[in-house]
Amino acid sequence: MRFHLSSEQVAIQDAVRGTLSDCWGVERLHALADGDADFDAASWQAMMTLGLGGLALAESDGGAGLGLLEAALVCEVAGGAAAPGPLIGQIIAALAVARCTDPRTRGLLAGIASGETVVTLALDGALVQCARSAHLFLCDDGAGGLHLAQAGEGVAIEPVTATDRSRPVSRVTFAAPAVYPLFAAGHPMVQRLRDAALVLIAADCLGGAQHCTDLSVDYAKTREQFGQPIGRFQGLKHQLAQMALEVEPARALVWYAAYAWDAELPDSSRAAAMAKAHLCEVYTRTTRAAIAAHGGIGYTWEYGLNYWFRRSVLNRAWLGSPAQHRARAARLAGW
Amino acid sequence: MDLSYGEAAEAFRKDVQGFLGSHWQPGDRRGGALKDFIRDFRRQAIDRGYLYRSVPRRYGGSEQPVDVIRAQVIREEFGRARAPMEVGGNGVNMTVPTLLERGTEEQRELFIRKTIEGDYIWGQGYSEPGSGSDLASVRTRAELSADGAKWIVNGQKIWTSQGMQSTHMFMLVRTEPDAAKHDGITYLLMDLDQPGVTRRPIRQMTGEGGAHTFCEFFFDNAEAPVGWQVGERGQGWYVSRTTLKHERASIGSADGLGSQFAKLVDLARETGRIDDPLVRDRLAEIEGRVLSHRYTSFRLFSCAAAGDDAGPVQLMMKLLLTEIGHDIALLAQDLIGEHALVEPEGSGGRGPRGPRGPNKWLDQIMGSLGNSIAGGASNIQRNIIGERGLGLPRDLAMGGEK
Repeated sequence: MRFHLSSEQVAIQDAVRGTLSDCWGVERLHALADGDADFDAASWQAMMTLGLGGLALAESDGGAGLGLLEAALVCEVAGGAAAPGPLIGQIIAALAVARCTDPRTRGLLAGIASGETVVTLALDGALVQCARSAHLFLCDDGAGGLHLAQAGEGVAIEPVTATDRSRPVSRVTFAAPAVYPLFAAGHPMVQRLRDAALVLIAADCLGGAQHCTDLSVDYAKTREQFGQPIGRFQGLKHQLAQMALEVEPARALVWYAAYAWDAELPDSSRAAAMAKAHLCEVYTRTTRAAIAAHGGIGYTWEYGLNYWFRRSVLNRAWLGSPAQHRARAARLAGW
Repeated sequence: MDLSYGEAAEAFRKDVQGFLGSHWQPGDRRGGALKDFIRDFRRQAIDRGYLYRSVPRRYGGSEQPVDVIRAQVIREEFGRARAPMEVGGNGVNMTVPTLLERGTEEQRELFIRKTIEGDYIWGQGYSEPGSGSDLASVRTRAELSADGAKWIVNGQKIWTSQGMQSTHMFMLVRTEPDAAKHDGITYLLMDLDQPGVTRRPIRQMTGEGGAHTFCEFFFDNAEAPVGWQVGERGQGWYVSRTTLKHERASIGSADGLGSQFAKLVDLARETGRIDDPLVRDRLAEIEGRVLSHRYTSFRLFSCAAAGDDAGPVQLMMKLLLTEIGHDIALLAQDLIGEHALVEPEGSGGRGPRGPRGPNKWLDQIMGSLGNSIAGGASNIQRNIIGERGLGLPRDLAMGGEK
């Protein structure tokens, strides 16, 4: 029986946190937000040097031999830092290609694992994160299966002013691009990969919600009004306790969904839907509560809390709303 | 992550199952015969090391090394077999651990065996009409008799569960009126069968009264031997803060919540509402919380088994459980609709319980409100999470609290 993090798993999170704190912060978020790019090569390079692209690949595929659980732990840290780049797409693509038998597709594996080849998810809808910097798009093949479409001819990209400034989207249309096959309709991996993406989005929400809570608690300890730290006032103290009460127990929901996916438990698809729905709700409520807890400074651009709020907007809409996933979870339970 | 208990635990489970198969055969015994059978069964379970694992053998326990996984296996198998476990109640949960930690040898000899065998039933004498969340303000006085042999107690205690059945009370009394708030309290044990003690049931909002409800106690020169004081005179507040962590981690409350949620889904089916998208959405939303609670209890259990600190999340479990109970109550109330207008037969101890329809949910609907209050009110839980969990500064009014 083991249902809490091992020291190795904590070390993975510490390593990613340390790397991101060296190369990413609110100043860098401002720079990305005010520039034209939809990607930050330096932080991407730093994350990929840690081996995050191949984290969940078998060692025989040049990966670290870890599971979706570890990938979720990494995405949690990335969410906490509002890290740029299509990290979730990259990890999902690595999982997909590693389980694909087509030799031409498998030839992409080394580039994806190293991060040299940037892959983003283009499932459901036309707005795609970091599309202008991606080399490959993991998308529907039009017949219920999945393939990878190559950037370039047949892929039209129209930039938009993106709400989430950490992972800006563009409007993408595909017209007979060059493709690498992955899985045909009905292959179990089609659903498994979607489930894995849901778990990683939930993990990103968890990290973001924790960050917003931590920031609010720190602020309440230092900001003074009426001659004392505002965190002493019970009204705010209870709001902060409520935020922690939302976030901390939800952590185990993410762990379970990732564990269920790795162990291929019968309820893994449902667990992924539950985690996505619940964590998106938590993230939405927490970012809103964090801004309220800060007062005026929280509403400014400069302070940067809005980057997490904006990220929560993307996560909530991405691959299905909480209500859609609750409806799925209800169906999968046989209600 | 791995949710199996491991081979050693499964082998142990076989032992427990074997024991239960051969020893828990109550047949059609009833009344006194059943009571005797259960008493005998518990003795044998103690001999096997299944019950009262933290209590030394010399006081009637089974004195087992701490092993949360074995303790969990025992709970699961006894639960499955519907076999009685420890007698429970305040005595086993509070008096016995406190005496093991802080009591004198004489007190342990006198009380522990009788308590775990169910002969002594303990009421909690903490709250007073003027001392609720501000417990350290208790005013019930105790003064030494002229010969110094007895404490003479005068005052009032309230909200005592099982008060009508209680044979004894553990209580906080003020013995040093001139000392600082927290330093003038003594922790005292009292025999409730004496002329100076009057008890009265308080009827609850559920309608329950009589033997099944909480009570208030009046002390008019009630007595307790000086030797029944636990810990030093004036140190009672700190004695009452004694908490024992022995095998406390369990998945028990999560199992209870899970079965309550399953009943809520059944209710939606029975009332023909399970296909209503609004109901399905609310059910799934509640289940997100139920599962968060469940998997977090796995996490706490796993930390306890490994001897790791789980951190602030342990402070959140009571409030989390309470809030989910409210969510369940609100949906249940909508689902039962007009059935909520008629109280179930026999509720409030008014005669025998009749057949109970969907309106039996009124018990949970009202009971969930009790959870916001009993064992530390929800706003106190929020203070604890904020201050001990998040490290926020203490409320100035409570600056002296420890």
